[in-house]
Amino acid sequence: MKKPFDLNADYQPEHFEFNKVYKKHMTDIIALYPKGKQQSAVMPLLDLAQRQVAQEGAAANPPYGGWVPRAAMDCIADILDMPRVKVYEVASFYSMYNTAPVGKYLVQFCTTTPCWLCGSDDIVKAATEHLGVGMGETTADGKFSLMEVECLGACVNAPMVQINDDYFEDLTPDNMRELLNILAEDMKPTIGSQTGRKASMSAAGPTTLKKQAKKAKVV
Amino acid sequence: MLDDKDRVFTNLYGWESPSLNAAKKRGDWDNTASIIKKGRDGVIDEMKSSGLRGRGGAGFPTGLKWSFMPKGRDDRPHYLVINADESEPGTCKDRDILRNEPHKLIEGALIAGFAMGANTAYIYVRGEFYNESSNLWKAINEAYDAGLLGKNAAKSGWDFDIIVHRGAGAYICGEETALIESIEGKKGQPRNKPPFPAMAGLYSCPTTVNNVETIAVVPTIMRRGGKWFSSLGRDDKNAGTKLFCISGHVENPCNVEEVMGISLRELIDTHCGGVRGGWDNLLAVIPGGSSTPMLPKEICDSVNMDFDSLREVGTGLGTAGVIVMDKSTDIIQAICRLSQFYMHESCGQCTPCREGTGWIWRLMTRMVQGNATVEEIDQLFEITKEIEGQTICALGDAAAWPVQGLIKHFRPEMERRIMEYRKAAA
Ligand SMILES: Cc1cc2nc3c(=O)[nH]c(=O)nc-3n(C[C@H](O)[C@H](O)[C@H](O)COP(=O)(O)O)c2cc1C
Ligand code: SF4
Ligand code: FES
Repeated sequence: MKKPFDLNADYQPEHFEFNKVYKKHMTDIIALYPKGKQQSAVMPLLDLAQRQVAQEGAAANPPYGGWVPRAAMDCIADILDMPRVKVYEVASFYSMYNTAPVGKYLVQFCTTTPCWLCGSDDIVKAATEHLGVGMGETTADGKFSLMEVECLGACVNAPMVQINDDYFEDLTPDNMRELLNILAEDMKPTIGSQTGRKASMSAAGPTTLKKQAKKAKVV
Repeated sequence: MLDDKDRVFTNLYGWESPSLNAAKKRGDWDNTASIIKKGRDGVIDEMKSSGLRGRGGAGFPTGLKWSFMPKGRDDRPHYLVINADESEPGTCKDRDILRNEPHKLIEGALIAGFAMGANTAYIYVRGEFYNESSNLWKAINEAYDAGLLGKNAAKSGWDFDIIVHRGAGAYICGEETALIESIEGKKGQPRNKPPFPAMAGLYSCPTTVNNVETIAVVPTIMRRGGKWFSSLGRDDKNAGTKLFCISGHVENPCNVEEVMGISLRELIDTHCGGVRGGWDNLLAVIPGGSSTPMLPKEICDSVNMDFDSLREVGTGLGTAGVIVMDKSTDIIQAICRLSQFYMHESCGQCTPCREGTGWIWRLMTRMVQGNATVEEIDQLFEITKEIEGQTICALGDAAAWPVQGLIKHFRPEMERRIMEYRKAAA
């Protein structure tokens, strides 16, 4: 797997260590796996490091998002007693570990065929024009990075994007721009369908289980 | 159409809470211990009689698969690994189970784990499903607190633990041995088989990998009986209910549970409000996720949605991710985008796949413009044939098949585009 995203930032902090709260998470994670198999914790720990960086970055000025500095990989290698290169391999194989700094909000556009059929090109165009940056770029204020990704497993709610941990579905160019405006103010947008649709149900209302739907006041 | 009384997933859309209390009201966790009292063979025999075939794409009979786990005493632990990597374009059904019906999955894991002698299950959830994993953990913790997991789980006499392991963005980790490598903390690269996971899987121990939907239907099958499940559907090889995901050019894309073997047309007309612009505006359908070859409208008119009906017309049910394309679709571009997907997701360890997926994509890109020769269509077909069956895992085949489907059904369109490009250039 090739990395789809690289901001080519050569900045690398010299030191990384899990803070007190994250150290506790770290211990809990390692305990999930059998004794002697602690290497299994490498993915959750890379994720944890990325989350700690994101938390620091959210409050920084200018802000930044989650990424995994080399120092964090080395720190994890030591914790899990793994050769460093094995941690680098994992970090570069999986596309969700950002190995270079990203913006506070990482906007990932799904453009695979089902989303493309439903107009993902228009969503990409609306967002790139609205923010004035292209794919693989970050806005000057450090708020938004944009990238193209493969099917995110929400195809019946296409087109959709993922921003940090959340999915935003049933997009139109208008609600996409609105979403970006809300995030630009650091406010919390509605997660999921942007047209108020309930999960993966037909937008025209339930075609099955109509009695339950009535009871749950869906119709 | 499937009767509401025969639906397994009554909270598919999350109208009610996914919590343990609400799940119990829907019938989950009802005397699970009595199911386990049937014993390993009892559970496996019931599963065999249900006719359930794996819902992860390959359609392997589930009861039979469980019976491959070693029976005798062995000092190695056994593992159940549940595949929630859901990354096949067009597929988004397991997500609904994770977020709205997690207790069906957890109870199913206990029963399946018991049937294969496993005291531990790992659920591998694709990394992007962060909220879904958090939901799942919440449900698992509820089950622990209620004594449904852990020592003597649900008073069954069987000890059982579940651990959620999140992926981090790699389609290939849906392949079962790549998934195992990934849980072991390595790059997700498929292993050569044999040995098969039932002999040497996770941590070199006996392991069975099953899809989320496969495991989540187990409790209902055990309660209502294998006969009930096999009575639904086309025949006992194409049995039961199935979650379909219908995306693309229909009026109302949605997920829906339907009977196996429903006609494609009824599926689309009943649940999706029809094809955009009417049935006659249909161009083609990819019936089972991106890896399955597409069907042109003539076949869509009459085809049924089950493993064998779709095999008979040269494609497959796959994950039942139905991608609908109307006449406005640039069909070459639609497949070209999938070629890009497979090139991007190839893990790179087999030469035919690593190089071939790149070749396919580059040729397909030129086919989209028409900047190619008619002979190159044959060349493209040859390349797909050289990948098919020549690789460690089925991703190679998955990259080849959509393009073969395109050439088989839309060769005239490809040729037309080449002529048009020539004319414009001249
Ligand atoms: C490239 C590739 C990707 C796959 N992705 C998935 C997936 O996301 N989810 C899944 O359940 N099975 C996936 N599979 C199939 C699994 O290898 C395996 O057959 C399946 O999980 C078995 O479960 P089942 O018997 O319940 O169907 C994939 C296979 C291949 C070759
Ligand atoms: S077929 Fe492709 S994805 Fe599968 S093991 Fe070979 S290179 Fe990797
Ligand atoms: S194609 Fe976009 S979510 Fe599946």
